[in-house]
Amino acid sequence: MSSENADQKPYHAFFFHTMDQQNSSHKLGMWAFLAQELLFFSGLFMAYIVMRYWYADTFTEVQERNLLSIPMGFVNTLVLLTSSLTMALAVREAQLIPVVENEESKKHRAKLIKLLLWTAGLACVFLVIKYFEYSHKIHVGTLPGTFYSFAEWPVFTGSDGTILGAIRPNGTIDVNSAPHIFFSLYFVITGTHGLHVVIGVGVILWLALRAKRGEFNSEYHAAVENVGLYWHLVDLIWIFVFPLMYLVA
Amino acid sequence: MNADATHDESNYLNATSGFKSWFWSVDHKRLGIMYLATILSFFLIGGSFAMLVRYELLDAAPTLSASNYNKAFTLHGAIMVFLVLVPAIPASLGNFLIPLMLGAKDVAFPKLNRLSFHIYLFGAFFFVTTLVLGGVDTGWTFYTPYSSKYGTNVITALSGAFILGFSSILTGLNFVVTIHKMRAPGMTWTKLPLFLWAMYATSLIQILATPVIAVTLVLLMVERFLGIGIFDPALGGDPVLFQHFFWFYSHPVVYVMILPAFGVISETVTIHSRKHIFGYTAIAASTLSIAAVGFLVWGHHMFLSGQSETMGAIFSFITFGVAVPTAIKVCSWIATLYKGKIRWNTVMMYTLGFLWIFTIGGLTGLPLATLSTDVHLHDTYFVVAHFHYTMMGGVLFALITGMYHWWPKMTGRMFSEKAGVPIAIFAFVAYNLTFIPQFIAGHRGMPRRYHEYLPQFEEMMQLSSIGSFLFGLSLFCVLFNLIHSLVKGEKAPANPWDGLSLEWETATPPIEHNFHDQPICTVGPYEFDDIDVKDRVAAK
Repeated sequence: MSSENADQKPYHAFFFHTMDQQNSSHKLGMWAFLAQELLFFSGLFMAYIVMRYWYADTFTEVQERNLLSIPMGFVNTLVLLTSSLTMALAVREAQLIPVVENEESKKHRAKLIKLLLWTAGLACVFLVIKYFEYSHKIHVGTLPGTFYSFAEWPVFTGSDGTILGAIRPNGTIDVNSAPHIFFSLYFVITGTHGLHVVIGVGVILWLALRAKRGEFNSEYHAAVENVGLYWHLVDLIWIFVFPLMYLVA
Repeated sequence: MNADATHDESNYLNATSGFKSWFWSVDHKRLGIMYLATILSFFLIGGSFAMLVRYELLDAAPTLSASNYNKAFTLHGAIMVFLVLVPAIPASLGNFLIPLMLGAKDVAFPKLNRLSFHIYLFGAFFFVTTLVLGGVDTGWTFYTPYSSKYGTNVITALSGAFILGFSSILTGLNFVVTIHKMRAPGMTWTKLPLFLWAMYATSLIQILATPVIAVTLVLLMVERFLGIGIFDPALGGDPVLFQHFFWFYSHPVVYVMILPAFGVISETVTIHSRKHIFGYTAIAASTLSIAAVGFLVWGHHMFLSGQSETMGAIFSFITFGVAVPTAIKVCSWIATLYKGKIRWNTVMMYTLGFLWIFTIGGLTGLPLATLSTDVHLHDTYFVVAHFHYTMMGGVLFALITGMYHWWPKMTGRMFSEKAGVPIAIFAFVAYNLTFIPQFIAGHRGMPRRYHEYLPQFEEMMQLSSIGSFLFGLSLFCVLFNLIHSLVKGEKAPANPWDGLSLEWETATPPIEHNFHDQPICTVGPYEFDDIDVKDRVAAK
């Protein structure tokens, strides 16, 4: 579908009167999308709240037993925060690319690509650390629900598959202790978040590719800003996940 | 009238041709038409299951096995809710009309719009797969622990609903941005046609409520696969939490269904009585307040779930609150008709039918919102009749109203009023014959979801079944009436109803990019001058 005005820029869609209208529409669309992202995660946080209300002691016991690696979580927090910084700087570079191609546009474009690659790289570091955390948990058996098989904090499973609660050293069953549910929450929440990180890496690399093709300039960079907004949200969610899971006691 | 109307040039229907030109089209008008066709096809499937259910209930003795009956009503409910009612008006009429009414050339994100449609088809594919695999029997509500442990083909059905959710979210997002950013010059928020106000509020609900059902369905799927123990009580989880999650979406979503219906009626009631809408601001404001309050009433589905009495009382109270803006709307529509020059045409017949049906649906909601009476009526046919009066009667009558009203604009053909009016009366009578007996049976204690029943309910159930078959027949008559118009109908003028909103200013059918020149909005959409200005002055 070509533009109806011959003097209209190729990136200016025919159904928008001005670039300003187009850009502000794109941004509003992204904010609406972020609203739905928040509501999506709110369901997970709500499940967390209810389960924590039911099994409050389990959450502290997880920490007393040191079952989540705080150093790894902390490093990941720093990694994500840094990636948010590089993303914000990337947005800035995109805003500075002059519309008319010249030396300056090349300079800013190169910086934009570099910062985007840094962001994607840091996101990958986050995922690698997450991989180590996950594989450790798979190894020791701190897994979700029915897959939970951690020997040091066993749960009692009935013959019909019912899980009644943790088995205490004196042989009693503690129905208020549910480590299998804690690790369900852990894997579901960090897994959903991790999936968002993976998608983030994808779209950031896509941006870098588009930047390399010379698509963005100071007039047209809503995509960079929008991915930036998305990335900050992913970061922000981690800022909540980290204390709620790792530091709660 | 615009010069567009007189041009004999290509329009959006014939500008390009071939399957691909439709399937890959980003034109909101073509997408609207494709949605409409797909939604109506699924309505036929969902309706067939309804007929099956009613056939089973013709007499007290069982014909179908209990499990087949469970599948029939589950598939009826799930298809109707997820594939038909949620997108019914927004995705079809909304898509077609929003840019036209705004005076814009397309929605803000045409490609995203196409993506929404393809996602819809993909989600529908999962529902069809569920059907092919032998159906699902959990009820459309997928209550745990039955759905997380037992049940049939739950995963494909859940995946379908999950995917359809994204279609719904993206459509809502698109419409919010479009209405915010793409209004014609001069179109202030107070000159926005009420249909657009309704679409705006609907879209907000779609954006804010749908992700919650998405995450709920994800948790349910993970529960089924891994046994994570969040919803399953046998593992230490909370099945009532599932109900909270489910209704946090599924109550607001009834407003996703009905608010667009309100929007359609707000347009037709004024155009076809040639009178300015009564209480424009009140209707717009009540639309938004229904959307907002709708988020706070989900607990009224759970009065008997074991939630605390205090919570029940609070939810009951807030639910009564929804009745206020709804009543404002109904009263405003009736006041609009008062002393209007009412055209007794097909569109008006369905509009009046909607007013009757929706008012009954609304009023019968009150005993269900009342704690003490709900204990008696919960899970009876009274509830079934109530939500069919609102959801099915309300939404379907409004959809048919809208289809007739905008049919000339969409297709360029006039339908037969001579056939349309009697069909409307037939549909209305058959509809009430179907569901009024259900109120009576339910009130006497007939429970829902049972495939056999005590002999004392036989009379009412038979009346209802006969009504439903007649109603099905009347809908085929509607379809025939509309299809007949495509073959034999007269060519429609650009503005057959003398409407003032911008969709009537362009050619019929509209040209590919809607308008040659940017239309400018100078008068409000309801400033009709048919009713003599002299009379109004004299009355003063």
